[in-house]
Amino acid sequence: MAKSLGPVKRKFSPWTDPSAVPFIRFENITKRFGDFTAVDNLTLDIYEREFFSLLGPSGCGKTTLMRMLAGFEEPTEGRILLQGKDISGVPPYRRPTNMMFQSYALFPHMTVEKNIAFGLEQDNLPKGEIAARVEEMLKLVKLEPFARRKPNQLSGGQRQRVALARSLAKRPKVLLLDEPLGALDKKLREETQFELMDIQTNLGLTFLIVTHDQEEAMTVSDRIAVMDKGVIMQVATPAEIYEAPNSRYVADFIGDINILEGTVSTTESALGAPGAVRIDCDGVSVAVEQECQAVKGDRVAFAIRPEKVRISPDQPTDTSFNAVYGEVWDIGYLGDFSVFLVKMADGRIVRAAQANVSRLVDRPITFGDMVWLTWPLDAGLVLTR
Amino acid sequence: MKSSRFDATVLTLCFAFLYIPIIILVVYSFNASKLVTVWGGFSLQWYRTMWSNEGLMDAAWVTARVGVLSATLGTVLGTLAALSLVRFQKFPGRMLFSGMIYAPLVMPEVITGLSMLLLFVALNIDRGFWTVTIAHTTFTMCYVAIVVQSRLMTFDRSLEEAALDLGCPPVRTFFKITLPLILPAVIAGWMLAFTLSLDDLVIASFNTGPGATTLPIKIYSQVRLGVTPEINAICTILIGFVTIGVILASISTKRTELRRIRDEHVALRGTT
Repeated sequence: MAKSLGPVKRKFSPWTDPSAVPFIRFENITKRFGDFTAVDNLTLDIYEREFFSLLGPSGCGKTTLMRMLAGFEEPTEGRILLQGKDISGVPPYRRPTNMMFQSYALFPHMTVEKNIAFGLEQDNLPKGEIAARVEEMLKLVKLEPFARRKPNQLSGGQRQRVALARSLAKRPKVLLLDEPLGALDKKLREETQFELMDIQTNLGLTFLIVTHDQEEAMTVSDRIAVMDKGVIMQVATPAEIYEAPNSRYVADFIGDINILEGTVSTTESALGAPGAVRIDCDGVSVAVEQECQAVKGDRVAFAIRPEKVRISPDQPTDTSFNAVYGEVWDIGYLGDFSVFLVKMADGRIVRAAQANVSRLVDRPITFGDMVWLTWPLDAGLVLTR
Repeated sequence: MKSSRFDATVLTLCFAFLYIPIIILVVYSFNASKLVTVWGGFSLQWYRTMWSNEGLMDAAWVTARVGVLSATLGTVLGTLAALSLVRFQKFPGRMLFSGMIYAPLVMPEVITGLSMLLLFVALNIDRGFWTVTIAHTTFTMCYVAIVVQSRLMTFDRSLEEAALDLGCPPVRTFFKITLPLILPAVIAGWMLAFTLSLDDLVIASFNTGPGATTLPIKIYSQVRLGVTPEINAICTILIGFVTIGVILASISTKRTELRRIRDEHVALRGTT
């Protein structure tokens, strides 16, 4: 799982500051297409210089939300504020936002430099200034030798850069990126992610990106909004989304996770730790150190990431809680990690991931072995939604 | 696969059926004899007399003007119709409108011609150059609409959205982005419209008046009095025009194709 691998970001968290004024505010936005509700009474604040991701499966309303900000769709209800001003009814060609399209939408009858200059020409800037800005943009995306080429004479990666340069040329207040890296192969995509982050930081712009790729969202974003069926499920930093998802949906959508359904048996500090919860997951007793609203008898889910589960052939000293005994049913070798699928006596499967720290080909644990899975009190979490 | 004698015979017969009448027409345009059926040696005299045949030349000039004007008007109207049909997917009566734009294609020309005539009579408009032009505009615009419509179906609308997004107002977007990209289809539509207008006899003869005799009408009326080699000569020139047009069109298609292949090579070489 790629957690922020990029250059360490500056301390930046205006959303925690109650006095900070949001740059973009979606206020009770609803968008209906006929009977279909694409966005349902959604409220969201985005701050200046933020790299914000809208993440969700296709059809969750993320693209519609972005298109409403660009001005291609008008909200059915609610309003959008940009720097405190209501931008309803402002046509797309008068909005200080620019968009990078999923298909790149490069003008096929214009050269690379003409494509980049297009937006500047609409503002009737002097010729010299346009040329200088185009030059600067070509340099930014490292495409100087390709200035005179037509888009169909470029590779996919180069087209993506032209599209980026074109959308940045007007120095928009907000850059909207619709699945910007979807068409690139994995290696190029990773490189480009870091370039995007650099550009965003260096130019000091606000980026709003729409993606269904959770790894991409995790890598580039300051904050992520996870969407489902027109509603925001959670807005938080990548680390919070990953380590403290607020619902089964978010936990399951981001990364790999084991979810065991169960009933709360104790909420007292029976284990000596305040705020601890004990859950009976159909025979598996689980203890979690977490403040939560659940009370005795509630149906909840216990969720734990595979890499936080320890796997061992030896029986732990205390098997009364946070311990599962089962048979290694399958092993997924991922190179850096191996994922063990351990089948309990009742057929439920718990996954445990282990970093392959040695170069051993013969693993100590193999198919059919009986193993113990254990985890500490603070590794998993209780999901009430 | 070996081509059998049967195949070769069928092919020969088909081509003979198609081209022998045309070849005869062309060959006899160079006939020195005045008799259409007797070969009297090679001569260009009918091409000379054709130029001095004022009636024929006037008719050719009328046809050219009607063709250019009606094709241009028909292209503008047809393109606009295609745009509204493709773009505004859900306006009341869209189905009706799109059905109605196709109707003149299958409508017998006699009916189109007659209905236009009745309209002009009802409006008390004298028939002549303009009535023919309007009638031709009406029936050619549907063809243009269909050609342009099929191009617009595959047009990536995000190109227009990108232009709007970059600050270009809608009308300018149409002229800077949409029109240049659909231009080949628009030109093809214009050429189709021009050709249709050029050889239309039925609709023109319903709506024409004194002083606005088109070439097909002229040829038809002259033939009724007997075929002269002059007619052969002017028809040969018409065939020449059409042939050159077809050849130019196919060359330009071929060149576009070659350019596309070359671009792909450049793109592959330039892959980073």
